[in-house]
Amino acid sequence: MFSLEGLTNFIHEWLNGHLPATFALLVEFVIVGVAAIGLFAVLGLGLVWMERKVAAVMQIRLGPNRLGPKGIFQTSADTVKLIMKEALTPSNADKFLFNLAPFIVIIVAMLILVPIAFARNFQIWDINIGVLYVTAVSSLSVIGILMAGWSSGNKYSLLGAMRSGAQIVSYELSAGLSIISIIVLTGSLKISDIVASQENGWWIFKGHIPAIIAFVIFIIAATAETNRAPFDLAEAESELTAGFHTEYGGMKFALFFLSEYINIFIVCAICATLFLGGWMPFHIGSWTAFNHIMDYIPSSIWFFGKTIFLIFVIMWFRWTFPRLRVDQLLNLEWKYLLPISMFNVLLMTLMAIMGWHF
Amino acid sequence: MTKEELKIKITEIHPEAIIDESGEWLNVSVEAAAFRSFAEQVRMDELDLDYVFCLTCVDWKTHLTMVYHLSSTTHRHNIVIKVKLDRNKPEIETICDIWRTAELHEREVFEMYGVVFLHHPDLRLLILPDDFVGYPMRKDFEDPINMIKL
Amino acid sequence: MFEEIGTTEEGDLIINVGPQHPATHGVLHLVLTLNGEIIKKVEPHLGYIHRSIEKMCESLSYRQFIYVTSRMDYLSAHINNHACALIVEKGLNVEVPQRAQYIRVIMDELTRIASHELWWSAMSMDLGAFTPYFLAFREREKINEIMEETCGARLTMNYMVPGGVMTELHPDFQEKVKSFIVDFKKTLHEYDELITGNVIFQNRMKGVGYISKEDVITYGCTGPVARASGLRSDIRKIAPYDVYDKVEFDEIIETGGDCFARYQVRIKEMSQSIRIIEQLIDNIPEGDFQAKTKAVLKLPKGEFYQRVETARGELGVYIVSEGAAQPYKIKFRSPGFSNLSALDHMVRGHKIGDFIAAMGTLDLVIPDIDR
Repeated sequence: MFSLEGLTNFIHEWLNGHLPATFALLVEFVIVGVAAIGLFAVLGLGLVWMERKVAAVMQIRLGPNRLGPKGIFQTSADTVKLIMKEALTPSNADKFLFNLAPFIVIIVAMLILVPIAFARNFQIWDINIGVLYVTAVSSLSVIGILMAGWSSGNKYSLLGAMRSGAQIVSYELSAGLSIISIIVLTGSLKISDIVASQENGWWIFKGHIPAIIAFVIFIIAATAETNRAPFDLAEAESELTAGFHTEYGGMKFALFFLSEYINIFIVCAICATLFLGGWMPFHIGSWTAFNHIMDYIPSSIWFFGKTIFLIFVIMWFRWTFPRLRVDQLLNLEWKYLLPISMFNVLLMTLMAIMGWHF
Repeated sequence: MTKEELKIKITEIHPEAIIDESGEWLNVSVEAAAFRSFAEQVRMDELDLDYVFCLTCVDWKTHLTMVYHLSSTTHRHNIVIKVKLDRNKPEIETICDIWRTAELHEREVFEMYGVVFLHHPDLRLLILPDDFVGYPMRKDFEDPINMIKL
Repeated sequence: MFEEIGTTEEGDLIINVGPQHPATHGVLHLVLTLNGEIIKKVEPHLGYIHRSIEKMCESLSYRQFIYVTSRMDYLSAHINNHACALIVEKGLNVEVPQRAQYIRVIMDELTRIASHELWWSAMSMDLGAFTPYFLAFREREKINEIMEETCGARLTMNYMVPGGVMTELHPDFQEKVKSFIVDFKKTLHEYDELITGNVIFQNRMKGVGYISKEDVITYGCTGPVARASGLRSDIRKIAPYDVYDKVEFDEIIETGGDCFARYQVRIKEMSQSIRIIEQLIDNIPEGDFQAKTKAVLKLPKGEFYQRVETARGELGVYIVSEGAAQPYKIKFRSPGFSNLSALDHMVRGHKIGDFIAAMGTLDLVIPDIDR
């Protein structure tokens, strides 16, 4: 059976056999870094292409179809164009912050990759506070966005950044609470434990209705946190031209654009891990034979399959719904989602104590 | 109201008005000094002309004529008010506090014909650039660079 | 009697929406005074596409000036031309053949549907829904094809001449229009399912950009904007021209006065347009498509005014003639100009998102405002 576990173990043993332990660790750092950047590039290109194809299907048209089969090289060509563009800095801008902002956003996106389990035993760092780490780091990206909006010296950017600030801070709460309701069941923040606890079925099926409520709330909050339509108020093309990245061009814009797609991937990966079992194949309680057959599908395919399905759902939202207004957006969070998810945590706790879940 | 009834009514309001019945609608000519009070009366009175659907100016080379097309949304009758103005110093009272739509229309007439609307709250150039000199819609306006005449 | 013109204070945020802005759909320049997200004042700065069409028309003959007007409200170019053809016919007392009248009205209504479809797509995109844009353009393409086949042009049709229409209909015309109607009835339902019933959409539209009937009258609003506030203002009913008095259709009146009412008026108007076309398409009488007119047209001395109902509202053409081959003075009373003046009143105290929604439902076409 194909597994990525063998590959990592082989590299680890080979390095330790030929180099002193410290150097071996350093080389592993480099390999991981390069792999992460490579993943970034592939994900960025792939997801942008996917978005355009999904949009095309929704809008009854073809989408990119000239460069390569089904237009898969279209996004690569776009990237080349963006790299070759002149990186302008407006004269009104605060030059240091203006140039720093895209890097902060992209570094934050990169940091959240750390605890994600891509396949069985294939994870950069199985940190014991995994989920907490993800929620903590992901809220840092708002600093980059505020910085970009403020330093551009453009009123549209400023308005977009302020909206984004209010939005991300608010939706962190209900995203956090829906994560907590799963933590109540698993009893551990560690990603590997969370995945292992779903050995006999995914939480969305085992956790009854509270888990489904938590799942729906998490998807909504995740869409809002990544500034995607219908919550794309920070960009709001028809209102604020392009919101916080109005003044950015070329590769600096591309970094914002890339980080948006990476963030989608990450929230979907977290969602898949918490509710849909991460890399865990589809298992049903004590059906040993069925579970064994499911195990033949490699764990990496399970993980990416689930994540891409969730990404598709988020893209589906974008091409179907109109945008909310800024006060409606905050009303939705503070008046509906937050009370519901608080109640949901209580319900989940009660269920966990009484042992009603499977 | 028919033309005849309108005519009687208008003569009651303003006996000096010159009424011309040849056109599709009743043409009422009023002096600039009496225009404002006349306008207030036709708006308020039982004529109820509450709707200005066209407001423009005609340059007759010797004088200017303001043309107001009024209509009533309740009685569905229309009249045309005409006011003759001095071409060298065209001034007329604004009607934009009676009919709000006149605000932008008066600004347009102001820049195109040079008619000054007294007591207009915000009489600035609307369509033309801020530093534009001249009144393009007047008959004697010639712009050698951007020729409008074909 | 009326609210004061808004003021700007220290600390207010002043934003230029336009001349290039995704939501203005053209070169409209609006200066917004904001207090945070709340709008305090909207001030239009026009003229970015002012071509002085009125002045140009003063040196064009009565046959020529019709075609300049296609460039005003380019989305209802045919209806603009109709107004100009009608005023010349009125001045010359030309009897237009029945066949030409039927063709004109059918084309008018097709233009109205095309225009409303473009509005629907653009407005939905303003609200952040992208898919409607493509759906509506797909349907609009069919109308454009019919137009192209008949008049040779897709946007500025130039099909009208004083006394009738320029050429005979294409042999496929009736068949194509009928098949379009069959398709379009399904599409209208699709529109409702995609957008109208959406909760987010309704929250964005209901109670937003309210304008009362009294305000509609004083601001001189026309067309769907006026009808959404309960004012009967359809020129096709008030002063019917051509065969509009022979067909049955309803004037859509809503009393909401908000963005949603304006939205509904336009959506319902499309089905009324279909109704008009259905009544006419099978009954186009045989005969001439053009009345015989002189080579050089000269309107008698006097003043003429003609009103028609374009997709955006009442278009008025005012001609002063001195008996020459060219008009002495011409004035186009465009619907967009008056509707725009009500925008400030509609959105004051609302948020930026509402401003975009209100502007979307006003259906502004910038060359129509600037002329």
